[in-house]
Amino acid sequence: MLEIAIKGSKNYWSWIIFLLLVMGAGFIVYVDQFMNGLMITGMSRDVSWGFYIANFTFLVGVAAGGVMVVIPYYLHNYEKFHRITILGEFLAVAALVMCLLFIIVDLGQPTRAFNVMLYPSPKSMLFYDMLVLNGYLFLNIVIGWKVLEAERNQVEPPFWTKPLIYLSIPFAIGIHTVTAYLYCGLPGRGYWLTAILAPRFLASAFAAGPAFLIILCYLIRKFTKFDPGWEAMQTLAKIVCWAIIANLFFFLCEVFTVYYSNIPGHKAHLTYLLFGYHGYHALVPWMWTGLILMFTGAIFLVIPQFRNNKTLLPFTCAMIFFGAWIDKGLGMISGGFVPSPLHHVTEYAPTKPEIMITLAVYATGFLVLTLLYKLATQVKEEVRG
Amino acid sequence: MMKKSRRSFLKVAGIAAIGLGASPAMNFASSDSDGTALAVKGKNEQALTAHRWGMVIDTNKITEEIAEKITEICHKTHNVPDFKHEVDAEKYPKTRSVNHKQEIKWIWKEEFHYAFPEKEDEYLTEKFHDLPFLVTCNHCKNAPCVQACPTQATFKREDGIVIMDFHRCIGCRFCMAACPYGSRSFNFRDPRPFIAETIPDFPTRSKGVVEKCNLCAEQLAKGELPHCAQVSEGAIVVGDLEDPESDIRALLKEHFTIRRNESLGTEPSVYYIV
Repeated sequence: MLEIAIKGSKNYWSWIIFLLLVMGAGFIVYVDQFMNGLMITGMSRDVSWGFYIANFTFLVGVAAGGVMVVIPYYLHNYEKFHRITILGEFLAVAALVMCLLFIIVDLGQPTRAFNVMLYPSPKSMLFYDMLVLNGYLFLNIVIGWKVLEAERNQVEPPFWTKPLIYLSIPFAIGIHTVTAYLYCGLPGRGYWLTAILAPRFLASAFAAGPAFLIILCYLIRKFTKFDPGWEAMQTLAKIVCWAIIANLFFFLCEVFTVYYSNIPGHKAHLTYLLFGYHGYHALVPWMWTGLILMFTGAIFLVIPQFRNNKTLLPFTCAMIFFGAWIDKGLGMISGGFVPSPLHHVTEYAPTKPEIMITLAVYATGFLVLTLLYKLATQVKEEVRG
Repeated sequence: MMKKSRRSFLKVAGIAAIGLGASPAMNFASSDSDGTALAVKGKNEQALTAHRWGMVIDTNKITEEIAEKITEICHKTHNVPDFKHEVDAEKYPKTRSVNHKQEIKWIWKEEFHYAFPEKEDEYLTEKFHDLPFLVTCNHCKNAPCVQACPTQATFKREDGIVIMDFHRCIGCRFCMAACPYGSRSFNFRDPRPFIAETIPDFPTRSKGVVEKCNLCAEQLAKGELPHCAQVSEGAIVVGDLEDPESDIRALLKEHFTIRRNESLGTEPSVYYIV
């Protein structure tokens, strides 16, 4: 099946070459980081996780969001999603590839990464995160590939894919729950120490993942002959709508608890993010941008006339996607570290090299996504034609 | 095709199983034959031991000078880099400029409201405003960093010291997020150009690993007290918290002490007489 990926138009190859160039440029910067250490980043003693981990957290959500097409189709036999389940699964694969790369580029000693398996530590949440992330990646590759291959050969997928598909559902919930547990189990970090963190992560994941999928459907319609189906996209839009509303609601719950209880250790972080703290407010404009994007997006999706508008929908989805990226990316990670447990304020902003490496990881993910989507759409075109 | 690959898989699996089964027997044979497999683990007779090491810091006795002296001796003996140190351009050419936010420290002074942010009080005793409070790793009984570490590079010894294996650390910095006392530092860069004089008794670190106070485990093993206690002019006492007859317990009986952010349940082993 792989041979499909090496036959493409001029546009296809230009895009691939563009991605390879970004990857190459980022790789050169990464070599510098590998040789000289994480000193080239904006991270510090007080803000010891930054842009890499922020993007990692967000992309775990995008990966988990894929399950929002798997559940309706496989559990509720919602036929309209038949054409796009594969897109959800392959999006999860690409997102997980990026997640794992972000972890690797964030390590101080990447060559020792396998120590996590050599010395398994069942008390560490990172250990479980490694298990579920790799497990979910494996499941999606196998399921996506086998189901697509069967479709190409016009036969039923092998019987053993069914249990794997069912297994992938708890895994999807699991990857984001465990990722939230990385943060919410730490005693000294008031911003993360909240039981609603995992539900909030899932809500924003189920908004950001399908929102991105809708945008991808538009691109597929534009660049291929395969049509994912407007009705399926509309259903996805409804899922995005309720998920983003749930996310905003959970955030409001957080705001209420923090400000009404008035506990300084919990309040300081939100105050830093929303209004600035002791004269430091680098993230305030970001945070409000994220909130406004998510809120406006939610309104545009609730009102049927706006949701049904074919021109507006991709922009609404982009708003929600970027809003969630700010909320769960930089806001979530920096917000947890500022102020520090000693209540010192050290602000964080990614450096240029850090951004370059981040872009290269995204380019790698998009390369994987492009190749897989090329396969998927081509097979679907073949079968139909 | 299918059958063939299945057969070859079974073959490989079978060989692997034999190998696994045989290896303990082979190990047994090898240690039996040459007898050198058992290394003798010698223990220094003079080594200082405890059931649970702890520290009492008498804040009344700590002056600016003593605090600085303590930080200096600690950082010097443990090869902790000082980013203010002027780099030897001949030995380390092309050393890039430093970001002081990426500094490394094991024990340092803080103002009261930073050391004890949960004890914020607008009518705080006046003298506390200027007192230097020394902060360091608390060697918590329930250490969040030990729990967080995915490789057990940070672990708790039987005597209560929370210590690190610098060679196992992968530099994920989960322990830094977990520590509620900001006691941990990460080597964002190679620290060696910033060490004025390398002390051969203690390893220098490579870039990409976390480090922190080890309660001078290397000193205790030699039968000597930690450096901070030695130069503190009586302000720092290190001893066995579980021994009712120890000096440290006598101090705790006699004085009112506080620990940093006790409400988290981490059970710090560093006490402050205030």
